[in-house]
Amino acid sequence: MGTIAVVGASLAGLHAAEALRAGTGDAPGHDGQLVVVDASPTLPPDRPPLSKQVLSGEWDLAQAKVPLADRLDELGLDLRLGTAATSLSPAGGDGRTLTLSDGTELSVEGVVLATGGAVRHLPGPQLGGVHSIRTGEDVTALLADLDAGPSRVVVVGAGFIGAEAAATCRGRGLEVTMLEAAAAPMERVLPGEVGAFVADLHRDQGVDVRLGTGVERLEAGDDGRVRAVHLADGTVVQADVVVVGIGVVPQVDWLAGSDLELRNGVLCDSTMLAGPRVVACGDVACWPNPHFGEEMRVEHWENAVEQGGHAGRRLLDELAGRPGTPFAPVPWFWSDQYDRKIQLAGRPTATDEFVLVDGTVEERRFAALFRRGDRCTAVLGVNRPRHVMQARMQLAQSLAWDDAAALFAPKD
Amino acid sequence: MKVVVNFDLCESNAVCMGIAPEVFEVRDDDFLYVLNEEPGEELRDKVVEAARRCPKQAIAVED
Ligand SMILES: Cc1cc2nc3c(=O)[nH]c(=O)nc-3n(C[C@H](O)[C@H](O)[C@H](O)COP(=O)(O)OP(=O)(O)OC[C@H]3O[C@@H](n4cnc5c(N)ncnc54)[C@H](O)[C@@H]3O)c2cc1C
Ligand code: SF4
Repeated sequence: MGTIAVVGASLAGLHAAEALRAGTGDAPGHDGQLVVVDASPTLPPDRPPLSKQVLSGEWDLAQAKVPLADRLDELGLDLRLGTAATSLSPAGGDGRTLTLSDGTELSVEGVVLATGGAVRHLPGPQLGGVHSIRTGEDVTALLADLDAGPSRVVVVGAGFIGAEAAATCRGRGLEVTMLEAAAAPMERVLPGEVGAFVADLHRDQGVDVRLGTGVERLEAGDDGRVRAVHLADGTVVQADVVVVGIGVVPQVDWLAGSDLELRNGVLCDSTMLAGPRVVACGDVACWPNPHFGEEMRVEHWENAVEQGGHAGRRLLDELAGRPGTPFAPVPWFWSDQYDRKIQLAGRPTATDEFVLVDGTVEERRFAALFRRGDRCTAVLGVNRPRHVMQARMQLAQSLAWDDAAALFAPKD
Repeated sequence: MKVVVNFDLCESNAVCMGIAPEVFEVRDDDFLYVLNEEPGEELRDKVVEAARRCPKQAIAVED
């Protein structure tokens, strides 16, 4: 048996490794060498708690562990941390060559790409006091600045991670301003009602929410640390700490010379196969999801777990010459802000109709279905987990609007 | 098989209910209820899957 390499030892990569060892229902797992490399010098943390429990101080960073962190020994991995993959050769007759940052050239029979995303930065020089939240180092540096008791934190970007950072900083008793260039939070991806709700939720809690104003530049003090944020409309907001949450970019630069198609990440077929002997999964993978008839790249925790497992099994199929099966989930994710649990399942677009099916937006506890023609594209719940899960199960069966709406029709 | 939920970890997101509604139920009060703490063997696969997918790793399945 040859060697299989997994690039990325985070959520998706480790679940792929687990599946490679476990095998599929009718075929055994890989019992040869299984090399797992990650550029990070330590095992990457579980990321959702970083903007929640770790940032609030409720947990130590060490408590944010991915589910498989305690079972790595059982998987028999050749784990190489602090080692990046730098290039992947096109497929030859019996494999590929994966080159690593320490100069090693690994001959492999198969590769899993699970390199996730890297945060986007604001243009201009990197100033002290300006942070992102993606890695353990990021959150440790941010915590040190928050512990110093800043007089104001400015959050740039009102997407889910920015909104969580704003909520958690507010929970620490800090003054917070949240800036969003668009007219409403998440306006490009979700119906306007959702963004309006998120903005109001934060205003209720005393966050200074400013919409429709982009950042022009950051101003540094004599100490080289950020002192103020200049907005496109000429306003200036004082800031001791800035948290930037303006999205992530899939990490694919190192694959530029390979035979893979790089479009919105690593482009795969519907089974997560990216090319001969290569699969991809997690935040870096783009694939046509047959359930929705749409190409998508999903940056959600559960997707990394499920797609990782699927990709691992797909690679076993590929190496054994078996056809794969399509990966066709209803994506799901959650976000915790203050005492609200926001959950979304499906594949919404900004122009979908927002149809309230339970509760009211005003009481901040509701469930809504999103409608596009005769389709239900998604369900959103705020402190309504049962409604979201029921609708999600229905959406997994069919996207027909009538079937989803019937779940919540008043019973007489 | 015995199902034990660590309610200090559980955040009632109902993922387990989506997989094994026979065993797990999140009610209108937003709390998770274990409907059947000793489910039959026919439910083992579903319960193990729920434990695996719980984002909080709050579910333990004892033999
Ligand atoms: C702060 C935060 C909060 C979140 N909260 C939620 C939430 O509440 N709910 C939810 O559903 N999702 C949430 N997410 C999203 C979720 O955490 C991600 O979808 C998940 O981490 C993706 O896992 P991944 O393994 O695909 O990628 P990543 O976790 O990004 O891991 C990729 C790994 O690849 C490594 N790597 C990259 N390039 C190379 C290379 N060339 N060579 C070697 N290694 C490389 C990186 O070092 C990294 O460790 C959150 C994310 C963040 C950052
Ligand atoms: S999946 Fe886990 S966290 Fe969610 S309700 Fe079930 S036990 Fe609780």
